[in-house]
Amino acid sequence: MKIIVDQDKCVASGQCVTAAADVFDQRDEDGIVVLLTDNPPDDLAADVHQAAAVCPALAILVED
Amino acid sequence: MSVLVVGASAAGLTTVEALRRKGFREPITVLGAEWHPPYDRPPLSKQFLCGDWDEARTRLPPEAMLSALEADFVLGDPAVALDGRTVRTASGRVLSADTVVIATGLTPRRLPGPELEGLHVLRTLDDAAALRKDLVEAQRVVVVGDGVLGCEIAATARKLGLPVTMAGPQAVPLEGQLGPMVGGLLAELHRSEGVELRLGTAVTGLTDVDGRVSGVQLADGDVLPADVVVVALGAVPTTDWLEGSGLRIDNGVVCDAYCRAADGVYAAGDVARWPHEDSLLRLENRTNATEQALCVAANILGETQPYRPIPYFWTDQFSTKIQVHGRPSADADVTIAEGNVADRFVAHYRRDGRIVGVLGWNAPKQTRQHREHLVQA
Ligand SMILES: Cc1cc2nc3c(=O)[nH]c(=O)nc-3n(C[C@H](O)[C@H](O)[C@H](O)COP(=O)(O)OP(=O)(O)OC[C@H]3O[C@@H](n4cnc5c(N)ncnc54)[C@H](O)[C@@H]3O)c2cc1C
Ligand code: SF4
Repeated sequence: MKIIVDQDKCVASGQCVTAAADVFDQRDEDGIVVLLTDNPPDDLAADVHQAAAVCPALAILVED
Repeated sequence: MSVLVVGASAAGLTTVEALRRKGFREPITVLGAEWHPPYDRPPLSKQFLCGDWDEARTRLPPEAMLSALEADFVLGDPAVALDGRTVRTASGRVLSADTVVIATGLTPRRLPGPELEGLHVLRTLDDAAALRKDLVEAQRVVVVGDGVLGCEIAATARKLGLPVTMAGPQAVPLEGQLGPMVGGLLAELHRSEGVELRLGTAVTGLTDVDGRVSGVQLADGDVLPADVVVVALGAVPTTDWLEGSGLRIDNGVVCDAYCRAADGVYAAGDVARWPHEDSLLRLENRTNATEQALCVAANILGETQPYRPIPYFWTDQFSTKIQVHGRPSADADVTIAEGNVADRFVAHYRRDGRIVGVLGWNAPKQTRQHREHLVQA
């Protein structure tokens, strides 16, 4: 699994963190997404896909 | 089992994506009123309107992902009637499916009167492109409307260096939604960025010269001169095409707790209204379109998920980012839970002692961390 985030599109909603806190975080100063790992273990796949699905800015791309 | 989605935007597309992701392999048709490939609306008042993003960046899924959905897209042909699970379109197509999803969103309110050059609403990509074109040459802009959209448009027009006046009936922007404290901060923000506020007075009409808008008339007799006027007075659910369908239409398509409007008919997004806590709720925000569509997709596939979101929206105005979780209201008690009003903060909204909303001002991450108060509530 490979994850790409587009920080320019991100609107700082934090939905991704709620869905997969081991993979996504937000910058303290402006809430923009930061990727904790771009290749998480497979058991997080469902959470990561959920994060991409709920992102209101379509800023998360997941390649299996 | 076939699925027909009416409305090719956030809620409609998310329904399709979720169905496919959950392994649904049967035929899906997506019917859309507009010719454009599906695009996203939030950038239309922000990055697209100010010219930072082109049309391609507003696309919902990129081209490759769109074709991977293996859905049949019928675009530029609005639905005009629903009979059972059969849809008739403007061009005369007749489309039937085992399941129909209604995701036709909203139609903006307009002021009564003729169409005029320089007079705009903002809902679609075409609206945004037309407004953008006019803003480039504008001398003086008046935004009629003191809600979220009005504020964002005023902010973008200022960013383009234009003289901007915001007119609306409330004492401060967003007062009815977020209360006087945050409304007051918004008024201060807009004033400090150079927006002239003419609030607290109703707009009674427009003036025009040779088919072009020339000003906005206020109830107190004043006329605000303008060569570009944007009306942002809210929008109504797009349900005209459902007249005679037998569905219950009352400020949206009324659904049950599972987003079902009738047997095999679901609704999602801005157009849908469903029982929530002790009343019917309809939300107009981007995350609701996604979350409700995910719920609809699950229920189409045989789950029985009640839709119980924690509402959330964001708005960006100048460099201020506002995040709102839950359901704040004007009559709630507001306290600062973190930070300070001069800079960045998280506020709690309480009704009857219970936290019902959390609002962040330039503190998106911190605000999300307060969301748990709403989960427990
Ligand atoms: C300018 C703008 C800025 C916004 N900014 C924010 C923001 O910052 N944060 C936020 O949370 N929310 C924001 N929103 C709200 C958010 O975009 C909406 O909540 C979201 O688009 C709703 O999605 P939807 O799919 O339900 O409806 P829509 O996006 O309105 O889509 C409905 C679709 O149905 C189509 N349609 C209509 N009638 C028919 C018919 N008869 N037949 C076939 N198709 C039809 C329309 O053409 C449209 O494509 C903004 C909205 C606008 C307009
Ligand atoms: S869900 Fe999307 S918009 Fe929200 S913080 Fe994560 S990447 Fe950004």
